[in-house]
Amino acid sequence: MPMTMTQKILADHAGLASVEAGQLIEARIDFVLGNDVTAPVAIKEFEKIGVAEVFDRRRIALVPDHFAPNKDIQSAEQCKIMRDFAKKHAIEHYFEVGRMGIEHALLPEQGLVLPGELVVGADSHTCTYGAVGAFSTGVGSTDMAAAMAAGTAWFRVPGAIRFVLNGKLGGWATGKDLILSIIGKIGVDGALYRSMEFVGPGLATLSMDERFTMANMAIEAGAKNGIFAVDERTRAWASSVSSRHYKEYAADPDAVYEQTIVVDLDRIKPQIAFPHLPSNVRPADEAEKTPIDQVVIGSCTNGRIEDLRAAAFILKGRSVAQGVRCIVIPATQQIYRQAVREGLVDTFIEAGAAVSTPTCGPCLGGHMGILAAGERAVATTNRNFVGRMGHPSSEVYLASPATAAACAIAGYIVDPSEISEAPQHGTFETAARDQQK
Amino acid sequence: MQQGSKAWKYGDNVDTDVIVPARYLTTSDPAELAAHCMEDLDPDFASQVAQGDIIVAGENFGYGSSREHAPIAIKASGVSCVIAASFARIFYRNAINIGLPILECPQAAMETQHGDMLSVDFESGEIRNLTRGIQYRAAPFPPFVRDIMAAGGLIPYIRQKLLDSADHPFGVQKVEVHLDGEHEEAGTKEK
Repeated sequence: MPMTMTQKILADHAGLASVEAGQLIEARIDFVLGNDVTAPVAIKEFEKIGVAEVFDRRRIALVPDHFAPNKDIQSAEQCKIMRDFAKKHAIEHYFEVGRMGIEHALLPEQGLVLPGELVVGADSHTCTYGAVGAFSTGVGSTDMAAAMAAGTAWFRVPGAIRFVLNGKLGGWATGKDLILSIIGKIGVDGALYRSMEFVGPGLATLSMDERFTMANMAIEAGAKNGIFAVDERTRAWASSVSSRHYKEYAADPDAVYEQTIVVDLDRIKPQIAFPHLPSNVRPADEAEKTPIDQVVIGSCTNGRIEDLRAAAFILKGRSVAQGVRCIVIPATQQIYRQAVREGLVDTFIEAGAAVSTPTCGPCLGGHMGILAAGERAVATTNRNFVGRMGHPSSEVYLASPATAAACAIAGYIVDPSEISEAPQHGTFETAARDQQK
Repeated sequence: MQQGSKAWKYGDNVDTDVIVPARYLTTSDPAELAAHCMEDLDPDFASQVAQGDIIVAGENFGYGSSREHAPIAIKASGVSCVIAASFARIFYRNAINIGLPILECPQAAMETQHGDMLSVDFESGEIRNLTRGIQYRAAPFPPFVRDIMAAGGLIPYIRQKLLDSADHPFGVQKVEVHLDGEHEEAGTKEK
């Protein structure tokens, strides 16, 4: 029975020779994740199960990132529930404020997720790790509780859509623009219950950071997971973050896909997702100079070092427009530090942007940049639902870091090429060999 | 059962952020969450919903976040069932896991109007629109999912399995675990 890449990982973790779409399986979990919103609920449920210990204290990460650093007394109490639990069970990968980062940037950076592994996280953007060729998917708090107790989870084996990438991104087009245009094409339930598997010759031109951005937004198309074929770039990345052994999986050549979509990367242009769905996508140059109040550059989607480099490239020597608040949030402490070293933070501050410690913050309307009634933001985040970043009548427009930075300069929605000429694609990438351990 | 339950009708892609906005996620208290249920989509819902009422919606209900607070808020507001043309997958799992009854039935989702009186039989998956005199049958859940629902959710289910038997928690054949490198040194717990 030929299998997709996802199916192979699931079969192996279920101890089965093969699986097929629709089959219910129970699989061994390599790693479990929770944050300050979902883990407190999971901890309450875990305690109801009545087991004395977690399945493996080295395979659980607890990250206070959503409302942390604590925004108020209630969120402080939620974070404390998680901190106390981590202490009680000697959870190895508990990341305190000062060491924490946005979970989906942090776990790969810390080498906690490698190719072929199976990860569940009580956060919908857990699908991010598909970028490294892992199977990872978001679950709820109860699933997280069960996984922490048993080290297993139940799954319905998904079918898959295959995306064959050809060519090379050019101009200001990035992985963000690519995934936005894909979601625009297939819709917010276009991959419902299914895997999105990314393959093809164009894959080699996409940096790891771009792949993280793309896999991160698989959930926005309703997918169970997004996953990238493992290549040289993945291997170089893996050896830069961990010396742990991992197993590579590749789809069978005759694997059955529900659909194959061929994407020509050369034709991708900077995109904007208009309110209130990530699929409501238009080219940035068709946005008719829509005026804005705020720009947010950060999040689990686009808070990585390449994202900050692209934003800084545009902001350098320019000023954030009068009446616009530009907030830059490096996704992890390591990224923050790197940005300081490279002078990017200096560039942001000189341009009139606010730079924050890592947090999910404004992305989910938590804190650090909430919108008033009727205000409009361009954000490098992943969702533009009603009320997502604040008041129910506020609006969020999703874009790449380059586009968002260009909008901050202009004061309205604009294609980045109107502000600055694009450098060659790949300019902002950190070669894997240079990556800090 | 005789008089049925009132339907609250919504469209496609009802997302988790309108079911419970993130500004209320600093608590996990069901009653507090229920007080803000559907707030950004339908400000009247939380104050007017009655015990046993049913939410009927279009495609991709529960789209977005993994927040279990969403089905918890719906359940705590007294809603007895959500009927939709389709569900977002994490919401689907969460609803099953916390014991919020859900039914996938595109025809019923399309034809039901706001305020219609419905009655639902979960055993058979039968949905009756008493106002219009129409009957539907939702796709039944797989037996494994029905077991979780019958136990009252995943926690009672797994508790029973973990504490009462040496078998693997989900009753599937025991898996031989092979691990390499650091993970093995870290001491994977043998069942």
